[in-house]
Amino acid sequence: MLKYKNPLMVLVFSAAIFSCPFFLNAYWIDVINNIGLYAILALSLNFIVGYTGLFHMGHAAFFAVGAYTAAVLNTSYSIPILLLLPVSGAAAALFAYLVARPIIHLRGDYLLIVTIAIVEVVRIALVNNVFGLTGGSNGIFGISRPEFFGLTIRRPHEFFYYIWSFLAISVFLFYMLERSRFVRALNYIKNDEVAAEGSGVDVAYYKLIAFVLGAFWAGMVGNIYASKMTLISPESFNFWESVILFVIVILGGSGSIRGVILGAFLIVGLPEIFRQFAGARMLVFGAAMVAMMVFRPQGFLPPLPRKYATHKIKPGDETL
Amino acid sequence: MEFFFEQLINGLAVGGIYALIALGYTMVYGVMRLINFAHGDLFTIGSYLGMTILATWAVAEYLGPFAGILLLITMVMFLVGIIGVILERVAYRPVRQADRLSAVVSALGASIFFSNLVMLIWGPRFRVYPDDILPRITLNILGLDVPLLRILVLLTSLSLMGILYFFVQKTKTGTAIRAVAIDHGASRLMGINVNRIISLVFLIGPALGGAAGVMIGLYYGQVNFTMGWSYGLKAFIAAVLGGIGNIPGAMLGGLLLGVIEALGAAFISTAWKDGIAFIVLILILIFRPTGLLGERVADKV
Repeated sequence: MLKYKNPLMVLVFSAAIFSCPFFLNAYWIDVINNIGLYAILALSLNFIVGYTGLFHMGHAAFFAVGAYTAAVLNTSYSIPILLLLPVSGAAAALFAYLVARPIIHLRGDYLLIVTIAIVEVVRIALVNNVFGLTGGSNGIFGISRPEFFGLTIRRPHEFFYYIWSFLAISVFLFYMLERSRFVRALNYIKNDEVAAEGSGVDVAYYKLIAFVLGAFWAGMVGNIYASKMTLISPESFNFWESVILFVIVILGGSGSIRGVILGAFLIVGLPEIFRQFAGARMLVFGAAMVAMMVFRPQGFLPPLPRKYATHKIKPGDETL
Repeated sequence: MEFFFEQLINGLAVGGIYALIALGYTMVYGVMRLINFAHGDLFTIGSYLGMTILATWAVAEYLGPFAGILLLITMVMFLVGIIGVILERVAYRPVRQADRLSAVVSALGASIFFSNLVMLIWGPRFRVYPDDILPRITLNILGLDVPLLRILVLLTSLSLMGILYFFVQKTKTGTAIRAVAIDHGASRLMGINVNRIISLVFLIGPALGGAAGVMIGLYYGQVNFTMGWSYGLKAFIAAVLGGIGNIPGAMLGGLLLGVIEALGAAFISTAWKDGIAFIVLILILIFRPTGLLGERVADKV
């Protein structure tokens, strides 16, 4: 029984989530959808913060690039929004490559500050209507809904399946990646950058790839977000969005997929439950963040230590 | 040309305020290697406390405008300093040994806590600062019309910076602060009480931030609970510009950033005023990450 504990828990969790549409009303389904979106975004940020240990607090910028790419191409050239999913991802990835390239050598706090600056510059650029495409502070409206084989996704219940299937695919992909040689190298950089470099890991290159991959995924979420809201404006991509994502990753358990999903439920879901306490809830939220870091700095569900089936390795085998 | 000098003085006045806030960031970063995200909100608290004291006790009526404002600033500095010490004790001391990220998240939590506290106490709307305290005189300096308030703000911030510089460079306690910034362990061996020095830094830094809060209130005439965020970020940029952890650097960076922003808004584009600071930051981090006055520090292996 113990051997199948993890798959069983995943199964129970998935069953619980996918049965939600049968007994929750549209409002709560929408909350669950938001949790799903934040969970995917936080997973993509987890790639940069959790696996690689880079202090990146500007993830909303990549999210924004993806959303705006989708919105501009959809409203100006009426390309179906679903086809733009990879395009949004690629645009965000390209943007990440261009901005991360010159700053990748910065460490710790300096990187943190420069990523904050990037997200603010992106927001200010959007407000000031760069290239005359982004519609200024009003944003872009009239983005079309996604269509699957003639079936238009419109109601929260329909979006639920879209978003959570996307989350399920993301979790599966990230889970597979986690066991790869590539993510092991990222973990090595997180734990000891100098030792990683000494062991032949091209640190700058790997960090850059982490940024680009994380941004690609965030860009795709931007596309889903744009089609869900049908209107986007610069205020949806401000610095606090980045902070929320960052906090989801750290509080949930940086580097752990389970932790990040739990974090999304706690950070996005709990404030909804305590909606009637309007002002005071954010006060408690801030105090809880401090308390959490004082008493459990590794987060709720920190990643499990890696296990290797060493007994299966025979002398003369290639290493893992 | 007159317009240029007017903007220059305007930039210097705002830059002096940035410099005061930046000093709080840079001193805390110097002794703890922590970006105190809550510092901007302490600045806001200072601003609101000043407003309340002005409105309820009317310090300016008994003592006359100048002594009254001086007393007001001293009171606010004291109160905000106390809050800073408590903040360090509750939120930062327990995470000092932990991962760097924990401290960052703890600081963000404290920032959210304080800004919402201000919102709950004083309300979410803009509040107007009493504007009849200082006489509205315009001085004529070398053919330029300069409001008295602007000169006073600049003079106050410059004298506070002067006092701080003297304290840190010339006194024994100041030497201890500089020692702790270099090496905690070695300072402890030299008989310095590191915890007390860190508490002291959390008294001085937020106190300067509180003073800056009062001056922003007097200068712009209105305050809002979210303003700590934007001023805090700009002041932090000023600290990085001068070289984080470096006290004269924060002063230089603040004044410089104020001037760059004022001139940029006047001669390039007003809409991009807030963007200019960030672009300066990105450029400085790419080309000279240690800041203007910072020294190159080798990474410890």
